[in-house]
Amino acid sequence: MTALGDVRRRRIDELAARAGQVSEGEGGVSLTKSAVRRLRRDPVAIIGAVIVVVFLVVAAFAPFLAPRDPLAQTLLSEIRPGFIPGSQEGFPLGVDNLGRDLLSRLIWGSRQSLLIGVVATVLGVIVGMALGVLAGAFGGWVDSVVMRFVDIVLSIPSLLMAISISVLLGQNQYALMIAIAVTQVPIFARLLRGSMLGQRRSDYAVAAQALGIRKSRIVFGHVLPNSLSPVIVQATLSLATAIIEAAALSFLGLGDPDLARPEWGAMLASAQGFLSIRPELAVYPALCIIIVALGFTLLGEALREALDPKFRR
Amino acid sequence: MARFIARRLLQLIPILLGLSVLLFAWLRALPGGPAQAALGERATPEAIAQYNELFGLDEPLIVQYLRFLGRAGRLDFGTSARTGRPVTTEFLERMPGTIELTIFAMIFAIGVGIPLGYLAARRHGSWLDSASVIGSLLGVAIPVFFLAYLLRLAFAVELGWLPGSGRQDVRMDATRITNFYVLDGLLTREWDAAWDAVLHLILPAIALGTIPLAIIVRITRASVLDVVNEDYVRTANAKGLARDTVRRRHILRNALLPVSTTIGLQTGLLLSGAVLTETVFSFGGVGSALYDAIFARDYALLQGFVLMLAIMYVLVNLLVDISYGFLDPRVRVR
Repeated sequence: MTALGDVRRRRIDELAARAGQVSEGEGGVSLTKSAVRRLRRDPVAIIGAVIVVVFLVVAAFAPFLAPRDPLAQTLLSEIRPGFIPGSQEGFPLGVDNLGRDLLSRLIWGSRQSLLIGVVATVLGVIVGMALGVLAGAFGGWVDSVVMRFVDIVLSIPSLLMAISISVLLGQNQYALMIAIAVTQVPIFARLLRGSMLGQRRSDYAVAAQALGIRKSRIVFGHVLPNSLSPVIVQATLSLATAIIEAAALSFLGLGDPDLARPEWGAMLASAQGFLSIRPELAVYPALCIIIVALGFTLLGEALREALDPKFRR
Repeated sequence: MARFIARRLLQLIPILLGLSVLLFAWLRALPGGPAQAALGERATPEAIAQYNELFGLDEPLIVQYLRFLGRAGRLDFGTSARTGRPVTTEFLERMPGTIELTIFAMIFAIGVGIPLGYLAARRHGSWLDSASVIGSLLGVAIPVFFLAYLLRLAFAVELGWLPGSGRQDVRMDATRITNFYVLDGLLTREWDAAWDAVLHLILPAIALGTIPLAIIVRITRASVLDVVNEDYVRTANAKGLARDTVRRRHILRNALLPVSTTIGLQTGLLLSGAVLTETVFSFGGVGSALYDAIFARDYALLQGFVLMLAIMYVLVNLLVDISYGFLDPRVRVR
């Protein structure tokens, strides 16, 4: 063990260990089924799921839902220094500082936020899981090397890490996604490793070994599927973090420079200059970010409880 | 205990080496390399060649890395392209501001968070409990810079109750000793200067303290709920100990263990994560310097600051671990 981030690491490992206890369902019902049943009874899960589903639907059907072209500067002629027209006929939420319909931009913005959040999280999960499987399946010196590397990445605070990577890769939406993904990698790597180490010692893994089943089959067929629940929970929570972090990087001027793609973080950042004239320009995108982040957090917390044997009653 | 600390200190070495390799590679990988980074985009090829020769950038990578390591060991990170001053000087001048801000933010987060979390757990299921749970979820979901802007707009711009930017009124002719403005004011007995610096800290500290506050409330609540159901609490109650004694010595003391970890962890994060808040309040700390450096593409400063902040973060985490060893003897054994 190394000194660094010991506490942060211990927390991740605790989560992994707790979820690692899940190995069987209750009373003949499969784990997944009993988790789904508990989720359906949990109001927190329902609120979270509703928010997430609405967000997904809006993002998917943005072209049909948006009343106007998010890029058309329809009301540009009415904008004067110190005045931006508010809500009016045909523009329910008013227009932004360039005369574009705010509602349409918010609807289109959901796409970009979803894309950044999902891609960054999926990247983080894939790379983190690859490292975690490597460490968890082989153990020994492979485990040491992988985990030392993960510790080093974990020792740089995530915002600083994201800033460094964005600066390096230049300003584009892919850089933004990669920057956020890198900050997530160590979390997933540790989580999966811890969870797999717990599973490897479990009875069924030992039994499979005694039966002479090939190691790769034990790892991928038995241990890995049973180690996934903490990863699923963390991925849901990470979607919230990714969306908030994308907004932060946009605010720092490291976001997507392509203004043709409306994005909540960028909208929020560019509205700061007009806060005293029309605070709504910042408030609406901020509300969108808060609600969606809240939705993913609620869903993630509910999933954690549903998949955690400690809460199973 | 001494062995525990020594072992932890030794374990720092590979981490620091790893960090230095990462940052060295980072500077190499910049578009155009370090020469272009230092000379700007319009530098001529001759100037770049000259720069490379001057700074030994034409030598083998390993030699360059060792030289970089040597300079980093002496905390020499070159000069800032934006201000023309040594990066380390900039850092030392600005860090006190960020430390002050972090301390105030943590005082806010702990002072409100622990009592609130404790009360929420004691009145489990009440409106206060629900409100604190919802509040702590919101506190994590709200983008910090947006909250900072709202606070500034409401309390500095519209109401005018508190100053909204800087660390001290520029008209205040304060004497500087340590660059901790509040401390300086107290040391020199310039009470008005100290008070003015405190006023400048309030809004940024609240903005910065929101996330730790939300997390502390959550952890305190969860951990008190856990402890209340422990056998030793039932035993203590059963043997007729005074209620206050049980609360103080049995519940609170054990419940605060995980909270202390969180506090340490968040303190480390705040020291490095104040970029957003400091930028909104134009607070002259490390964070706003990082923001300026991003825009000016001031790579030397970025690299030096990131490395020094990462080292501070590692050291704070180490302190947390060591203090945890004091608080919970079980940790030392492992």
